[in-house]
This record gives sequence, C-alpha cells and structure tokens, in this order.
Amino acid sequence: MTYSLWRVAREALRGNTGWEPAWRDPAPKPRYDVIVVGGGGHGLATAHYLAKLHGITNVAVLEKSWIGSGNAGRNTTIIRSNYLLPGNEVFYEHSMKLWEGLEQDLNFNTMVSQRGVLNLFHSDGERDAAARRGNSMRLHGADGELLDAAQVRAMVPLLDFDNARFPITGGLLQRRGGTARHDAVVWGYARAADRRGVDIIQNCEVTGIRVEGGRVRGVETTRGYIAAGKVGLACAGNTSRVAAMAGLRLPIESHVLQAFVSEAIKPLVHTVMTFGAGHFYISQSDKGSLVFGGDIDGYNSYAQRGSLPIVEHVAEACVALLPCTGRLRMLRSWGGVMDMSMDGSPIIDRTPVDGLYLNAGWCYGGFKATPASGWCFAHTIAHDQAHALNAAMRLDRFATGALIDENGAGAQPNLH
Amino acid sequence: MRIPCPHCGERGNEEFLYRGAACLPRPSAEAPDAQWHDYVYLRDNPAGSHRELWQHVHGCRRWLVLTRDTRTHAIAAAVDVAAAAP
Ligand SMILES: Cc1cc2nc3c(=O)[nH]c(=O)nc-3n(C[C@H](O)[C@H](O)[C@H](O)COP(=O)(O)OP(=O)(O)OC[C@H]3O[C@@H](n4cnc5c(N)ncnc54)[C@H](O)[C@@H]3O)c2cc1C
Ligand SMILES: [Zn+2]
Repeated sequence: MTYSLWRVAREALRGNTGWEPAWRDPAPKPRYDVIVVGGGGHGLATAHYLAKLHGITNVAVLEKSWIGSGNAGRNTTIIRSNYLLPGNEVFYEHSMKLWEGLEQDLNFNTMVSQRGVLNLFHSDGERDAAARRGNSMRLHGADGELLDAAQVRAMVPLLDFDNARFPITGGLLQRRGGTARHDAVVWGYARAADRRGVDIIQNCEVTGIRVEGGRVRGVETTRGYIAAGKVGLACAGNTSRVAAMAGLRLPIESHVLQAFVSEAIKPLVHTVMTFGAGHFYISQSDKGSLVFGGDIDGYNSYAQRGSLPIVEHVAEACVALLPCTGRLRMLRSWGGVMDMSMDGSPIIDRTPVDGLYLNAGWCYGGFKATPASGWCFAHTIAHDQAHALNAAMRLDRFATGALIDENGAGAQPNLH
Repeated sequence: MRIPCPHCGERGNEEFLYRGAACLPRPSAEAPDAQWHDYVYLRDNPAGSHRELWQHVHGCRRWLVLTRDTRTHAIAAAVDVAAAAP
C-alpha cells in the first residue's frame, strides 16, 4: 500500500478500516544471502539499500527486541553535517543529502525538519575554531555560516547573552541541519525494506556466530540456527558482545547517554542549539517539549538509564543558557547504551572473518548517520569492499595510525 | 551510583574520575606494535563484572580498583591500587 494524501482522505471516510500492517511478521527462513544483526536505524537502512541499490533481496534483519527499541528510539533526533575532518565530513554530507530526499525514497513521513543547527561560542579562540570548522564544511560542499552575537540574538532572543562566565559572542550555523522523527525513520526503512522482500524478524536474539575455516556460515538465535552467505553487525551499544561471538575484540567501550524532555510550552527554541562550553544542547519538539541533553555519564555501562549527577548538571546548563526555563518542569529522562569508539569516529568495514562485516562506533552521533551508514554498509557488504565515502572508517586504522579523532582526545572514549 | 572509597567511605560518583579498564597488561617498551595496539585500543567491554580504575579526585586523591557490574552498577569491591591484585 502506497501512502498518499488520497489514501488518508479515503481512509478518513471509511473509518480507517483499510490500513494494513506496515511490514510482515515472517518466520525465519533456513538460509539468507545476507543477515543483518540489529534492527535499529542502521540495520534497517542497510537492508533497504541492499535490496534497492544492489538487488540483494534474500535478506533478514534480526532484532532481539522490537525494532527501534535501542538507540534509534532513544536519541534526540539531531541531524547535521558539521564535521571538521575529511574522513568524516564527506560521509555526513552524503547522509544529509539522503535525508533531504528520504521521504520520497521511503514513501514515509520521517518529519525531516531543516530548522538549522547552531553551535554557540563564547571567546575569540572558540570563534576561530568554529570558522575553521565552517570552512571545512563548505570545502566539502556542505553549508555553514558564521554568525555574530547580534545575528544570534535576532534568531534566539531569550539566551543569557551577557553571562559573566560564558558571554555569547556568536555561533556557527548550519541551516540545512535540524531534526527528524526517530521512530518514523525506523518504521519508514522497515516498511521500505519489507516491500522489497526483506524479512524483518523481531524477538530474535543472535546468541552465536558460526565461523568455519575463517568464514562466517550463519548465526545461532533464540529462534534457531539460520545460515547466511554474509553477516553484517549493526548492534550499536551491544557490538562488543556480539562481535565476541566471532572471536573479535574491538576498540569500543559501551557508555550510557541520557536525554530529557520538559513539559510542553509555546515555541521558544525554533532551531537546534549547542552550548558546548556548558556540555549542553537543546531543541523543541513539534509537541512543544524542550528536548535536551549533555555529556555521557562517563563510565562503562550496559544499563539503559543514567545517574543523577548528569541530570543535575544538564538542568543547571539549561538554566544557565536559558534562564527563562528555571520554573519549567522536566517530564522524563532516559538513557541509551552507545558504542563509543577509541577515536570518536565510526567503523564501517570488513572484519578478519570472511563474510562478516562491522558497522559500529557511532558514539552519541549515529542518528544523523543512519541513511549514509546503511548506504555505505550495504555497498561494503554487496561488493566486499568499502565505498569511497566510508574508505577512512576502517577497523585497522587504530593499528595503522590513520585515526579520525575529531576532538583530539586520544584513546579515552569518555572524553569524545 | 555511590562508591565506597576504602579511605573516605561511601561517596557520590561525581567525586571520582574514571579511567577505564584496570590491569590491562602493559607491554614492554620494545614490544611489537601489535601488542601496543591491543593495549592502547582494544577492550573486553563486558556486560557484567568489570575491573576498572577510578581516582578519588575530590577526596583522598588515591587511585582505586573497582569491581563493578556494568549492567546494575553494583560494586563488589573497591580497593586502593597499592592493595589490588595485578
Ligand atoms: C540519549 C541519546 C541521544 C542521542 N542523540 C543523538 C542525536 O541527537 N543525533 C545523532 O545523530 N545521534 C544521537 N544519538 C546516537 C544514535 O542514537 C545512535 O548512534 C544510533 O541510533 C545507533 O545506530 P542504530 O540506530 O542502528 O542503533 P540501535 O537502535 O541501538 O540498534 C541496535 C539494535 O541491535 C539490537 N541488538 C543488539 N544485540 C543484538 C543481538 N545479539 N541480536 C539481535 N539484535 C541485537 C538492539 O536491540 C538494537 O535494537 C543519541 C543516542 C542516545 C542514547
Ligand atoms: Zn577517598
């Protein structure tokens, strides 16, 4: 069933009795050409592009829970391509272009909203760094504008511009950045992949990876053994555990990141804003809630909940930036387990096991990457070779020294 | 999360600095690059019991080795590095 205005009108007149499930609920087949482990945004996007662009349709996505139950359904939905380093920026700008055509491609309203992403700065040094980043973005074909304090004030008047410690002196704005509806991205990719024949199998946990003679043969699951020509891992925070089933030890630590929403208020923040000096960022949902967050909790964690010091810190940073939010109530907070890589950048690559591919290391920034990640991972799986766009995102870069360390923080995942 | 410092007693985790997995075997200076790569970059990253380094920066400033469950944050042991098994 194709979604359209005509279909909505027709169903409205028929009491919404004609809608069908958006994807099937198939039993696993004994064998697939490609098995993707993990039904988050990246796994589902990979299946979609495998089927659409590479003609590989005998594909299953295996998800231990329900699709989107991991970080895909827990993130703060920011999309942007404002990276500094060449190995990253080409990839994220490709992702931004895919976002711009995603709703037409998927025939699904993913609510892509290019409301802009504004990185505030407070000193000459920070402005120089922002200018350098903006120049890098523009050299890679993305957009970026350096705003002075008056221009920021015109956009978002209620900030504490004259804060004694962090006076706002300007910002780096990417107008094409913004937000997308995270659940809709999951559902849109699932439905599009399903329509091309991909089996989406939920409540199916991978418990083992069968490797014979250095080549992957299939996976053990809670619903039995399933043979596979190739296996792609897109397990985000659980990557180390699943990769260990094939004997791999990875440059990854799992850490928890929290997010928060306030009660709904009238329009206050109509862009996405980052207050890096305060370790804080914020946007406002279409329902009116402020959606915000800060740093990761900072120690290894597989618990999908965080600790109170971060809650306190984030609330303080919110009020420091937007004093008018002081009386606002926080509605909810939650956490997600993220795959923090040792240089803060992702890995999309083959592995030492033939036929086993790795998509991981997304840290706190993998939602924006969802389209390009699936696109590049599908290419890498189909051709057994990276595409130029993910050529730098190699697993062996930690051995060769070709790191992509945006922050220059070194092998200390809780600092990325 | 509250951390039982062997010197200061139970304190909030915001008083501590986290440094990651404890007791990774440090290669000798002459060891081949591959061994250094494993030491600097690869981690077991277990879901469960994890031995890890914390420094009580806002307390006694001693380095501690914690044994903590990464799923529940239950702390089974917290000992001073000087007293910790290698
Ligand atoms: C609070 C928070 C805020 C964030 N905000 C942003 C943001 O604003 N912008 C941005 O770009 N990024 C953001 N991120 C990061 C982003 O959400 C992740 O990088 C991205 O979602 C990871 O890819 P995914 O969607 O495929 O992951 P997930 O949705 O986590 O998918 C992995 C899936 O694998 C499944 N799985 C794991 N083990 C197994 C197994 N053994 N068998 C079968 N299935 C398995 C899991 O159940 C899960 O569904 C945020 C993350 C968090 C936690
Ligand atoms: Zn102490």
